[in-house]
Amino acid sequence: MKTLEELKAIREKTLANIQLRTETGEDSVRIVVGMATCGIAAGARPVLAAFVEEVAKRKLANVSVTQTGCIGVCRLEPIVEVFAPGEEKVTYVKMTPEKAGRVIAEHIVNKQVVSEYTIGMNQ
Amino acid sequence: MKDLSLHILDIAQNSVKAGAKLIDVTLLENADSLVITITDDGRGMSPEFLKTVTDPFVTTRTTRKVGLGLPLYRQAAELTGGSLDIASSPGSGTTVRAVFFTGHIDCPPLGDLPATVQTLVQGAPDIDFHYRHEKCGKASRLDTREMRGALGGVPLCEAEVLNWIYESLKESEETLL
Repeated sequence: MKTLEELKAIREKTLANIQLRTETGEDSVRIVVGMATCGIAAGARPVLAAFVEEVAKRKLANVSVTQTGCIGVCRLEPIVEVFAPGEEKVTYVKMTPEKAGRVIAEHIVNKQVVSEYTIGMNQ
Repeated sequence: MKDLSLHILDIAQNSVKAGAKLIDVTLLENADSLVITITDDGRGMSPEFLKTVTDPFVTTRTTRKVGLGLPLYRQAAELTGGSLDIASSPGSGTTVRAVFFTGHIDCPPLGDLPATVQTLVQGAPDIDFHYRHEKCGKASRLDTREMRGALGGVPLCEAEVLNWIYESLKESEETLL
């Protein structure tokens, strides 16, 4: 059974990491997932979970995953926007958890936009 | 919406947008019915807005003129012979109560409730959530206020904390099956 005691262990472990992250203060990348009615109905919840999991697994300290409302093109949901410093915003459409893994590996880690998932290729 | 957990995620996000500090999600399962109550202490709605809020052509979003969250939720409840009630007033928060008749062929499955709670906390780690799912005298629950006590200053949106939320709820939901 999971207990609150385990959270105390997580606290000890994580506080050091948080400290480290604030000290390095690298430029941060933001991954924003559309989570309005349209996004949720199209499957955004597992997409968001996949991004959170990948970022944690790869220990990407300067990457944050957040939620937003309707991005405006509901028929292309789930939609994910990537904001990276010094780069133009990239909008990925019709996302899946599998595609999320590729976006993290190719775009976030290796700085190569996954063109075939972008809105420009899907209009 | 494929299941009730996705509806709950969608409706509870209205509470987040209403500036709530505490959001309470309660599921009460009886022999033939399920009552889902989502209560918040957000800014509430005026009587005029409340009257039209389940109309699909009324919305607070600015990207288009259609809002389907509450209308779809109401439809899902009514399709099972159930109902949707909303109580709200400015300054005193909102309560959305839906009744589903679970024996009805059109009643959607519950879906992944732990994932919904996890997603809500991830999206609004500064808000407190109280979740309770009760069935046959047994209950599965989570209270982020208790979690904060144990976590000290660690935010709820840390990956390991989110993972704990999911695993802990998955375990306790299984005891209700």
